[in-house]
Amino acid sequence: MSVKNEAQAGRIDTKTKNRIIRFCVHVMLIAGAITMILPFLWMLSSSLKTTNDMYTFPPTWIPNPVMWENYLYMFQSAPWGVYAWNSLKVSVLVVIGHVIVSAMGAYAFARLKFPGRNVLFIIILATMMIPYHVTMIPTFKILRELGWLNTHWALIIPPLFSAFGLFLLRQFFLGIPKELEEAARIDGASYPRIFVSIILPISLPALTTLAIFTFMTQWNDFLAPLIYINDELLKTLSLGLATFQGTYTTQWNYLMAGSFIVLLPILFIYIFAQRYFIEGVMMSGMKE
Amino acid sequence: MESIRKLMGREAFWGYVFITPILIGFAVFMFYPLIASLYLSLTESDGINPSSFIGLENYTTLMADEEFLNSLKVTLIYVAGTVPLGAILALLVAVLLNQKIRFVNAYRTAFFIPVITSMVAVATVWKWLYNTDYGLINGMLAKMGLYEPPWLASEEWALLSIIIMSIWKGLGFNMVIYLAGLQNISVSLYEAAKIDGANGFQRLFHITIPLLRHTTLFVVIMSIINSFQVFDQVYIMTNGGPADSTSVIVFYIYQNAFLFFKQGYASAMAYILFIIIFIITFIQMKITNRKDVV
Repeated sequence: MSVKNEAQAGRIDTKTKNRIIRFCVHVMLIAGAITMILPFLWMLSSSLKTTNDMYTFPPTWIPNPVMWENYLYMFQSAPWGVYAWNSLKVSVLVVIGHVIVSAMGAYAFARLKFPGRNVLFIIILATMMIPYHVTMIPTFKILRELGWLNTHWALIIPPLFSAFGLFLLRQFFLGIPKELEEAARIDGASYPRIFVSIILPISLPALTTLAIFTFMTQWNDFLAPLIYINDELLKTLSLGLATFQGTYTTQWNYLMAGSFIVLLPILFIYIFAQRYFIEGVMMSGMKE
Repeated sequence: MESIRKLMGREAFWGYVFITPILIGFAVFMFYPLIASLYLSLTESDGINPSSFIGLENYTTLMADEEFLNSLKVTLIYVAGTVPLGAILALLVAVLLNQKIRFVNAYRTAFFIPVITSMVAVATVWKWLYNTDYGLINGMLAKMGLYEPPWLASEEWALLSIIIMSIWKGLGFNMVIYLAGLQNISVSLYEAAKIDGANGFQRLFHITIPLLRHTTLFVVIMSIINSFQVFDQVYIMTNGGPADSTSVIVFYIYQNAFLFFKQGYASAMAYILFIIIFIITFIQMKITNRKDVV
């Protein structure tokens, strides 16, 4: 604090007051942030403990010795590599398909005029409030008829069609200036051409947001794999972890190692794509 | 092909072409299942043998099914436990993060991490945190000489344990929506209030909270809708127990549909859930009295 400020007695009061307030804000936020992060640290610490170390009370934080072998043992006791590959494969394919289907639909609903457009859009939008569980049983039957039960098709095809993706991209496309398209029209470009070479490149941020959000949803999805997949080698990470939990009910160090493996890829992506995660949530808030 | 294109004009033609994939998808995986499920709820169906039409019998049976009524009760307690407290905490964190302070990004990340992580994985972690013999939570409580609750092992505490964990998981989601709402409030309002001598609490209660009422309505309604559909954490942490004390409605639907093979009965339950959510959404639309998004 400068001498000049100290001379002004009144200002010092507000300055100190602001400092105290800021200090309190930090204390509250730190307490909250610790509560948020502690479970993850506990998971990490537990995953590196010996079985003996796990069962001491009160619990200790620092594993001694540090059991990196837990991860090795865990990988040997269930096909985690296969689970991870399945999760990656399913999530990536859903992302690609979902973004394409949503972008095509969104382009038509945002930029092209055709009879029935608004009615169709409202009907699709209205399905957002329908709980997944209402359509779950007939969807199961359809997938059985198609011979897709216990295959990855059951996990990949149904989530391609969502009102959320359509809505998010349509919202973005509506904001693109009409002039861009009109210039291309005069040059004789067709609608598919405008879509591919004007609309899509300009919408890269929105497409990325949808892609990241879709990836996260698919990677973390549990109910669909639980219902549709039985084969050990077709399971995704979430389902694999749940199965692992059923087998190794008391081996908490291995279970924590497994949980960490499930979380790691998403945390890794978050580091690089933070703003897209946040934007995805904000967009879901815009439905209002 | 060319003649159809001419008939309806190029623009309309391509409009229909572009919406074809999503329309087929919605027809197969949304509109048909919606109707099939309604019909199924009026039948007795084990999913293998041909189903037989029984009218509203599933619905009348449900009204006397103690397990179903219990699942409704458990779900309502879960909703009441997570939604208001979750919204208030999210607002509080958002207001704190909206100050001009350092490390905002680090704090925001800390609160947001649980949102992006797999429910199955964090539910597994929390199960271990709640462990009554060796868990971290009771370990800390013991160190402080406090009461050590039996958490997931007891009928009284299990649902509360799931509620606490779910608030922890969802806090960051609502926080981000509140932060977006806060950014829409003009700074000049606060400055004017400051000049008039309003203190921080007065500004919070007379400017921030009233101006965020639409955001709050949205957060509350979305949280209610999501909370009614809680499943993953129940499946992982308690499997509905002990003694059905955490058997929420979706868990009971899942059991009936895929473990007991009572698909007609399960469909009727799903439709009751749908009706509840429909009513809530309808109330939301009435309150906001919004013009449609188109």
